[in-house]
Amino acid sequence: MALSFTELANPTRFLALVSAVLPWTAGAAVLVLAWGLWLVSGSPEDYQQGATVYIMYIHVPSAWLSMFTYAMMAVSALGSLVWRHPLADVAAKAAAPIGAAFTFLALVTGSLWGRPMWGTWWVWDARLTSVLILFIMYLGLIALWRTIEDPTRAARAAAVLILVGTVNLPIIKFSVDWWNTLHQPASVFRMDGPTIDGSMLTPLLVMAVGFTLAMLSLHLAAMRNEILRRRVRTLGLLAAGGAR
Amino acid sequence: MMAALGPHAAFIVVSYAIAALVVALLVAWVVIDHRAQVRRLGDLEARGVRRRSAARAEAGSDRKVPS
Repeated sequence: MALSFTELANPTRFLALVSAVLPWTAGAAVLVLAWGLWLVSGSPEDYQQGATVYIMYIHVPSAWLSMFTYAMMAVSALGSLVWRHPLADVAAKAAAPIGAAFTFLALVTGSLWGRPMWGTWWVWDARLTSVLILFIMYLGLIALWRTIEDPTRAARAAAVLILVGTVNLPIIKFSVDWWNTLHQPASVFRMDGPTIDGSMLTPLLVMAVGFTLAMLSLHLAAMRNEILRRRVRTLGLLAAGGAR
Repeated sequence: MMAALGPHAAFIVVSYAIAALVVALLVAWVVIDHRAQVRRLGDLEARGVRRRSAARAEAGSDRKVPS
């Protein structure tokens, strides 16, 4: 069942695709997360962090997804503004609460790791502050979509705001290199390869795949809901017009 | 189990509990929202309100029925 980009513009076809794909992605997410947790339970403690390194197996995938989800929304925003793809705004709007949730998780688990390791819940360093700004951006976008009732008008305003917000993504990624921060520099995605031992890298990557599958499943389900919500709105307007 | 996690066990357990809670809330959100939208759509269709494309599709299938 190969669908082209233009065929996917048909919401009915997209709903059929979601019905076919969603059980598989959700099932895969559960299995991979279970496998990841099993690997985490057998992974060693860090020689400096001790057992608090276990927080990293949920903090790091959450932080990656907070940025990945926003990058996905930026591609959708381009789809809205440039190609006027009917599902682009649906994709962006459905992704925002999920991105906000993973950003919240990254902030909270980072704080819970920071208290025993840094001796503080929070510092206003570049990495933490830029991720907090990302979280506020997500909340602002959710508020924007809820404020403007007409989806077409909301789509344009949200797409512009999303694209403006993308400037924050490289700031988050490179903040640990550009400024002197308390947050450690990248240890997985580096030009000279990961600096983490394989016994910790494998569970981390498996957890990241599990989190990503969970995010994609939630996103597909939320997109389906948003398409149905827009149908309800259209039918409601038709009913109101017919009653006049 | 808690003892095996050392002196910072509470931080680790709370981190995993919050992660599980957030994922559970996201799952509950999409499931409850889906049920609500399907119910609203069903109510509207029961009142005879149909999308133009759905009405056209139905009319097309009616025409194919041999008389």
